Order: sequence, then structure tokens, then C-alpha cells
Amino acid sequence: MLELLQRAAPFLLQALWTTLWIGVVSFVLSLLVGLLVAVARMYGPWLLRAPAAVFVSVIRGTPLLTQILLVYYGLPQLGVTIEAIPAVILTLALHAGAYTSEDIRGGIQSVDRGQWEAGYSSGMTFAQVMRRIILPQAIQTITPSLGNRFITMIKETSLASVVTVVELTRVAEQIGSATFRYMQMFVIVAVIYWAVNSLLSLGQAKLEERMRRAYR
Amino acid sequence: MSHEQLHAGGGPHAHGGVCQIRAENIHKRFGPLEVLKGVSLTVNRGEVVVIMGPSGSGKTTLIRCLNLLEEPDQGKVMVCNLDVTSGEKPPSRTRSNTIRQLRVKAAMVFQSFNLYPHMTALGNTIEGPMQVLGMGREEATRVGEALLKKVGLSDKRDEHPSRLSGGQKQRVAIARALAMSPEVVLFDEPTSALDPELHEEVLQTMRQLAGEGMTMIVVTHEVAFAREVADRVVFMADGVVVEEGPPGEVLVNPKHPRTRSFLRLVEH
Repeated sequence: MLELLQRAAPFLLQALWTTLWIGVVSFVLSLLVGLLVAVARMYGPWLLRAPAAVFVSVIRGTPLLTQILLVYYGLPQLGVTIEAIPAVILTLALHAGAYTSEDIRGGIQSVDRGQWEAGYSSGMTFAQVMRRIILPQAIQTITPSLGNRFITMIKETSLASVVTVVELTRVAEQIGSATFRYMQMFVIVAVIYWAVNSLLSLGQAKLEERMRRAYR
Repeated sequence: MSHEQLHAGGGPHAHGGVCQIRAENIHKRFGPLEVLKGVSLTVNRGEVVVIMGPSGSGKTTLIRCLNLLEEPDQGKVMVCNLDVTSGEKPPSRTRSNTIRQLRVKAAMVFQSFNLYPHMTALGNTIEGPMQVLGMGREEATRVGEALLKKVGLSDKRDEHPSRLSGGQKQRVAIARALAMSPEVVLFDEPTSALDPELHEEVLQTMRQLAGEGMTMIVVTHEVAFAREVADRVVFMADGVVVEEGPPGEVLVNPKHPRTRSFLRLVEH
């Protein structure tokens, strides 16, 4: 086992890096998607609101794996060919964005109406009230669920393995098949995921604690 | 980010004469309920007008219409040289610009304070000047500190609202309103959410403002304050103004039966 770990280590490190950066980039993009979709659904004109609602419904109603396969293997048929990693990032960002948009929507709605009125009554624009008054307060409510989304995201990057991306899960599969030690490899990779996500949970708890104290 | 300059340099004496605040024939309906049935009100520069009336009389809606937080179904709101007419033209960009300029001139103090909980007392007062008037942080801080001093809260400068008492919150809210250098301050029941023992500190601040010649429109049930500070008392009932005049008349010798019965109630 130790010897296997030693031999696999460079590959695992490389793959961990791939997993992490795909996860982080997708997560950041998903926040953007989530914010746009949330604002479109809440404040957009009908022409924007309806497609945004359909988008959320479709994304939430279909499996992520199907979505990844559709983007990577399906789209080329329509002449749109996307490399594996960008295809995965795109899909993950849209997928998580749909969920995040619901979190953001809830967070924005949880802010007291009087806050909008205070901002508007001083002559601020919608964007100014949103950016300066509402979002900073909404973020406090949203942070716990965003933390969970990030952890989910790290785990979901494993689906990239089905479209040839060499991340943690894929590496375990490759080394496993080369050495016939699937059990060991998947246990190792599972422990890595678990360690990473435990660290993230710890960071999340710290962040929440800090936010709780921020306005006191 | 664009700091839109909204401080239209008209000043108090633009538009030929003295800056007036005017509501003309304001109608407002919430669903089946007609809350304002054609209310008109003119307030001159430096005047302190107290609006009284039973709940549901439309006084809060009226004051919210003056800041366009509530858009009238019909009628015209004027603050100095800016006017916004409701009910005819479809909303446009210039119109929403005018609305924002008007809001700068007609600052609002709310019953429930509506301070920004994520900002300090100073942060609350400098936010508007920086975002809306395009003031730099240094200048805004100078203005904000002076105003906090004026309302007696210099020592609370760096506290968040959650650390302030209700009376202190409302005084910060008054400082925040003043920071926009408004032409008029609209007070929507500023003491109603406060414990009785905290009313006085807020009323004191308002008295001081009135003494400095600030134009004020105050919705309140504080009869003593009205008697002492108001130049004019406007009494509303059922969406119309039923009586108005100097406090010495309206509060002492009310003519309308609705005014009489209301005053009996609030004065015990």
C-alpha cells in the first residue's frame, strides 16, 4: 500500500490540482450565473424572467451527468465543439448556478423591505442599492448554503472523469486498472476528497462565525 | 463604478422664487382601497408642518408620495424646481432621474429607522453622499462626523446599529438624512417605534433642526411637539385633508368633528 501510494503520489497530486482548480473556477462562475439568474427572475422584464425560470427548472430537473455528456458529446453534432475541461467547467457553472440562484433569491428576499426604501429614498439607483445595501446583507444569510455548494462542487468534479479529464477519480481508475488495485486506489482518492472537504468545512465554519460577529 | 452626480445645483432659490414643496391633487389606491383622494399640500421653505390623523387616514402614504417611495396614481409632486407628474406619461429614463434628484432634496426619516445594519453609524451617514452625490470619502467623513456631533452621537461613530438604542438609531437616521443636504426632511412617525422614555431625545433633535430653519414635514401623534414646534398642523381623515391651520387653532379649537374626536383620543 505504501509503495503504491509512493508511486501514485505524483499523479495524485497533479490530479488533485486539476480537481481543485476546476472546482474553484466553476464555483466562482456559478456565483456569477446564480446572481444573474436570481436578479433576472426577481426584477427582470417578463421576457427575461420566463427563460430564467425555465433554465432553473430544466437544470434542476435533469442529472448533472446527462448535462455533461450533452455538452461534451452532444454539442459537437451542432458544430459546437468544446474541449473537455471547458465543457465540464461550463456545465458545472450552469448547474450549480441554477441552484445558487435560488439561494441568492432567498437571501435577497430575506433583507427587510425598509432597506430598499432607505436606499431609494436617498436617491440611489437599483444597482447601487443592490450592491451597497442588499447584497452585503444577503451574503450573510447565503454563506452557509454557498459553503455547502462549494463542497458539493468539489465532489461533482469527479464526473469530469467520464469525459476524459484526468482528475482525482480518473487517476484512481487509471492506476487501478494498471495495477489491479482498484480498492486501494479508490480508498486513497476517497480519503483525499474527504480531507479536502473537511478542511473546507472548517473554513466555512470559521467564515460563518466571523460573519455572525461582523455587525455586532 | 459610476458615481452619478445628482446634486442638481439649483439650490433653494432656483425656479424664480422660494423653494416650495408641493403635492397637487394626489390620488393613491391600494387595490380596492383609495388611500388618498385628491390631497394637496404646499409647504414653504423653513416651515414645519405636522400631519396628524387617525391610522388609515393616508398621512404616511402622503409623506411617502412626497419622496416618490410611493408613486401616486395621479397628481403632481414638486420639490423646488423639480416636479414629477403621475398617471399620464409612461415611465422614462429622464423621469426616473428626476425622481432620484427629487429624493435627494426630500430626505426621509422612517418609523423603523431602516439604518444599514452592516455599516457603522458613520458609514450610514456617508453612504448617500458618497454613492449619490459623488462626494469623496474624506469630505463625506467630515460632513458625517459633524452631523453625528450635531445629533449628539460622536462617540457612537464606529458602532453598528445593533449596538445602539432606538433613540440613538433614530438620531443616526436623522444625521443620515441631513447628510444629503436636503431641502426638506420628511419624518414618518419618527417616535412611534420607540419606548416612551426615548421619545424626548429624538424630539429634541427635531426641535433643534426646526430652530435652525430646516423645512420639515412630520407625521406624528405627538401633540405637544406639534403645539410647540409646528407652524402649521394638517389634519387628515379618510384620505383627505379635513382641516389645517396654526397649531393654536387646529389643536386648541378644532372645527371639524373628526379632528375633535381624534384629539380627545390622543390627549386622553
